[in-house]
Amino acid sequence: MKRFAWLDAFLGRLVAEDVMVREQPAVPALAPARTISVDADHWGKLGQAAKNWGCRWVACWGEDRGEHFQVHTCFEKDRGYLLARTDVRRLTPILPSHAPYFAAADRAERHLQDLFGIVFGDHPDPRRWIRHQAWKDSEYPLRKDFPLAGHPQPQTPADNDYKFLFAQGSGVYEIPVGPVHASIIEPGHFRFQAVGETVLHLEERLGYVHKGTEKLAEGRDAAGLARLAARVSGDSTVTHGWAACMAMEKAAGLEVPTRALVLRAIMAERERIANHLGDIGAICNDVSFSFAFYQFSRLRELWQRINLEIFGHRLLMDRVIPGGVTVDLVPEAIAAQRAQIRAVRPQLDRLMDIINTSPTVEDRLIGTGKLSHEVAAEFGALGYVGRASGVDLDVRRDSPYAPYDILTVSVPILHGGDVAARVRVRADEIRNSFVLIETLFDKLMPGPTCAPWVPPAPDSHGLGLIEGWRGETLAFVRFADDGRIARYYPRDPSLINWPLLEHLIQENIVPDFPVCNKSVNGSYSGNDL
Amino acid sequence: MLRILGKVQRIGIITERLSPWDDPALSQVGDRLKAAVGERFRGSLAIRQVDAGSCNGCELEIQALNNPYYGIERFGVHFVASPRHADMLLVTGPVSRHMEEALRRVHAATPDPKLVIAIGDCGANGGEFGVSYACAGPVSKVVPVDAVITGCPPTPLDLMRGILEAIGARKDCRSFVQV
Repeated sequence: MKRFAWLDAFLGRLVAEDVMVREQPAVPALAPARTISVDADHWGKLGQAAKNWGCRWVACWGEDRGEHFQVHTCFEKDRGYLLARTDVRRLTPILPSHAPYFAAADRAERHLQDLFGIVFGDHPDPRRWIRHQAWKDSEYPLRKDFPLAGHPQPQTPADNDYKFLFAQGSGVYEIPVGPVHASIIEPGHFRFQAVGETVLHLEERLGYVHKGTEKLAEGRDAAGLARLAARVSGDSTVTHGWAACMAMEKAAGLEVPTRALVLRAIMAERERIANHLGDIGAICNDVSFSFAFYQFSRLRELWQRINLEIFGHRLLMDRVIPGGVTVDLVPEAIAAQRAQIRAVRPQLDRLMDIINTSPTVEDRLIGTGKLSHEVAAEFGALGYVGRASGVDLDVRRDSPYAPYDILTVSVPILHGGDVAARVRVRADEIRNSFVLIETLFDKLMPGPTCAPWVPPAPDSHGLGLIEGWRGETLAFVRFADDGRIARYYPRDPSLINWPLLEHLIQENIVPDFPVCNKSVNGSYSGNDL
Repeated sequence: MLRILGKVQRIGIITERLSPWDDPALSQVGDRLKAAVGERFRGSLAIRQVDAGSCNGCELEIQALNNPYYGIERFGVHFVASPRHADMLLVTGPVSRHMEEALRRVHAATPDPKLVIAIGDCGANGGEFGVSYACAGPVSKVVPVDAVITGCPPTPLDLMRGILEAIGARKDCRSFVQV
């Protein structure tokens, strides 16, 4: 079907409902998205109509534009991204909420509420989200008049008075977990209500690793933003680095050399494989199948050593820069990677065969942490979490960016929705990434690996959309008049996938929480920003 | 089961004597670490890792210490689930203000004498994030720090070397075994 075949009818419907909507001229910097602007009073109707039209909620973010705040929401339907924007008056920043129609909008709007002071009048859950106690409820860090240094107290107190959902009844008890967890992972708080071993309800409380990433981006130059983006979530450093650079390059109208794009894709696929290898092992470790943990962590370590040897960094940090990449591949480096793929491929098959046929593993993974297709589709679940529940999305295939526009990306789709399905999807994704990397080597033609950076026009903006290993990753960048960053917003897939953990853990036993959590593996840092 | 045993047999023991591929001096790091842990911690050094705001890059490399190549447990070093069981805290940063109090409480819950190592450029000096309305900055701004291991992130070998140096540097480490 033609992309945006639905858009004219959708806009017609909005007009019929008296929504003040104007389609904006399509600009390459925001491609593949098309843009509309909507009157603030009609923002709620837009959300309702988008829901009725079967759109998926992708992201929302704000900008301080002086007299008003500009709020952007991104929807997607049939591979067409629609960017809707509206202006809210600074003095009365009140906007209808999209959360009544899109569950995925809930936390993102509360993020805007805490950081911009925008009030979503009919939001079903207006509790603070990203704000704990580091700044006052009358302060809004992403407003331009708020200094980066803020007004911190000598010691920031604990966040004691957040109102968790409370359950009571015979035999119901509560388990608070975190923010500091029992293993080597990121911090966050989980509040369980349980009866016996069974989880009745889980509520997540995140925001502990809020580092002010969006505010820190302001005033940086392009190279500085790439360094920051590479640290939005360390395990997705290529993904976020690429998304931010793509947004900046589109804003500047900079053409990136083909060789650089192919090298970025090779690194992005290597990142996907490294994380999937590590996580499959960690999931097995969470059900005490230490054999697979050691085997997969062995493969991951070998994979990271090749990263260091060939690309100069074990996690591939700071290899993607505005205009291109900092690394190049000599024939020996390609041969070494090909040899590694040839060596790992049969080992992966054999290990997956063992995992899939070990009764003890089957017993713990099959049927555990089941995410129904309905809930996954309702939220627009991303990456392997969606794919294991039948949600068929992949930016590399659906809205291909170079070099994926010349590749065939096959996307594994399963319907089990349980931990076992998520493990199998990830193993299949590793296999597909092997093929992609091998194909990318063949596409690697001689040429430059970086184009010189050109300062973009004042007030130019751009959109980056990348399929990271966790799923669809978005970046929005606006430049100020001096060529420095005025606004950066990265939307990690974790923002969408975190709430799904609250759903899939229900009716499971408390001891299965670690394996359920690992099978989703949301990024705390990518969520909290 | 046979297949598992077969695989185990075929792979054999891959755990490395910390070889010269990175730095010749490191070939002895493991042995020195084991000797130091043996002497100063009666053969068992318990570490509690605390992510106080990291981007999770450091966590990936700390996790790697448990993979079969580094196998840090063979030197008597192991990661524990509670600060109350720990001799040493490995703290990654920058310390977000939202994690400040949690870090202070972890520190208070760790029995004295204790060693605190700030991990990564962010833990050491704030790194890419520095000090802001959201970040308190380096770990030393919040709890006393005995040593730092820089890098973004530090490699597993950097971490092992850093842990060894931290044990060696603390003069009062003997007191760890007198309690």
